[in-house]
Amino acid sequence: MPLALLKYGFRRKYKGDKYFPAARPLKDTYDVVIIGGGGHGLACAYYLASDWGIADVAVLEKGWLASGNTARNTAIIRANYLTPAGALFYEESMRLWRSLAGELGINLMYSERGHLTLAHSDAALRTSRWRAEVNQHLGIDSELVGRDEIAKLCPEINLSEEVRYPVLGALYHPPGAIARHDAVAWGYARGAMHSGIEIHQQTEVTGIKKHVGGSIELETNRGSITAGTVVQAVAGMSSEVARMAGFKLPIRSIPLQACVSEPLKPFLDPIVVSGSLHVYVSQSARGELVMGGATDPYPLYSTRSTLDFTERLMASMLELFPFLENAKVLRQWAGIADMTPDFSPVMGLTPISKYYIDAGWGTWGFKATPVCGKCMAELTATGKVPDLIRSFELERFGRMEQVGERGAAAVGH
Amino acid sequence: MKIIDCPLNGPRNAQEFVCGGEVRQEPSQDAAIDKWADFVFLENNLQGVVHEWWCHVPTSYWFIVTRNTATEEIIATRRPDEFFAGLKQTDGAGSE
Ligand SMILES: Cc1cc2nc3c(=O)[nH]c(=O)nc-3n(C[C@H](O)[C@H](O)[C@H](O)COP(=O)(O)OP(=O)(O)OC[C@H]3O[C@@H](n4cnc5c(N)ncnc54)[C@H](O)[C@@H]3O)c2cc1C
Repeated sequence: MPLALLKYGFRRKYKGDKYFPAARPLKDTYDVVIIGGGGHGLACAYYLASDWGIADVAVLEKGWLASGNTARNTAIIRANYLTPAGALFYEESMRLWRSLAGELGINLMYSERGHLTLAHSDAALRTSRWRAEVNQHLGIDSELVGRDEIAKLCPEINLSEEVRYPVLGALYHPPGAIARHDAVAWGYARGAMHSGIEIHQQTEVTGIKKHVGGSIELETNRGSITAGTVVQAVAGMSSEVARMAGFKLPIRSIPLQACVSEPLKPFLDPIVVSGSLHVYVSQSARGELVMGGATDPYPLYSTRSTLDFTERLMASMLELFPFLENAKVLRQWAGIADMTPDFSPVMGLTPISKYYIDAGWGTWGFKATPVCGKCMAELTATGKVPDLIRSFELERFGRMEQVGERGAAAVGH
Repeated sequence: MKIIDCPLNGPRNAQEFVCGGEVRQEPSQDAAIDKWADFVFLENNLQGVVHEWWCHVPTSYWFIVTRNTATEEIIATRRPDEFFAGLKQTDGAGSE
């Protein structure tokens, strides 16, 4: 067998395809330039080609492909949000997720586990009931469950009343899922490149100028280029890039940390979140517990890790799963989250014509990658804001209007 | 940034403090709504040296921290009166 495999490997006839086509030189001008080669930028590029036949597009990425929050997130996908605008938007994303692996031809390991948001107080129970009602009204599979049902769904959770914050109930969302985040970026990138779209890594936008004629000039570390339309999708760097373009955003850049344990025997089916304890956890296909909590306490543009975070997180983990006391943390990391005051994104028009924004994704934007890419592509192609994202426009803040999702997104990303 | 040198209480563990956001000029009470919306929601969110309000929670004491948001270094901590007096002399820095 190994010998046959070796012979197979040396045959010319079976030379494998390169996953990505070879990189091309940077041109002087493009119809569309997307700043930021994370999941969002790449999805937008992919749908520009597949839905609208627009392929004179360059994606500029200052690091390597999807090295930002797309590579750092904990991959939770759900639609049980609090506002109708939010819930409907994320529900459409889940519909796209279910057929995405087939469409992109890559195994996304999309795995529906069920998602439990534990409530430890009357206030949390009330929010859970509220979310369940909004969700059911919109046709989203979501319900409030009691302690008996939690014990059935996840017998490993410590339901003892001899703890600081006993579990009173939970919001249960059966379609809650996780996916392989890198594959999402690679799948969209390959699809886009096969339609002729260029992805330029190690290409950082350093300045932005609007010309009288309408075109937009982007300075980069590899020379300047001109774009008919620009889409900005740079997550934690949103304010800095918007500053180059000349406008301000309702965003604070704050680190969000996460960590994984050593691989353990599979024991945890659902994704478990506790807002009161500031912890969430799921078990990956490799057996690692993927764990995180709320953002760091103050704004910062550094992806350092802190002991404060792990210490606090583990105290909560051990309250929920005391039998993990000897498990070890394997890796810890951070990403810079672009946090908005209402825990909803900012998508659509900006004060600059033909300069569109996709930002404010904070700690919750991975799940929106497909739907956001599709909507931003539609906006770029037609110049009209799709209904699905109208509520998330930057202008809402000027009218003192918020799409308040704090109750559904502060810890359970 | 594990220890913050509080002007009132001396060096204390960073966990005892909360960040209250950038030092900015509040609009006048009768300013237009867009001025107020800007003040309430929009952020400079600068990568670099910023002046911020911080509070030492156990003593409810508010003061000004100058820190670098790229390197996580604290450059100075000052009493508000000291900070704003300095501003008047150098004119400008930290306003907005
Ligand atoms: C620890 C952690 C856990 C998370 N967990 C979840 C979760 O469970 N579920 C969920 O839905 N979301 C989660 N998120 C949020 C999610 O990761 C992000 O909202 C999402 O990945 C944003 O995608 P993006 O493509 O917009 O950003 P990114 O993937 O960050 O892409 C932006 C890219 O822009 C590039 N860039 C920046 N500046 C420039 C420039 N000047 N020129 C060129 N390129 C530039 C960056 O290098 C980066 O690659 C989490 C985030 C973190 C940090």
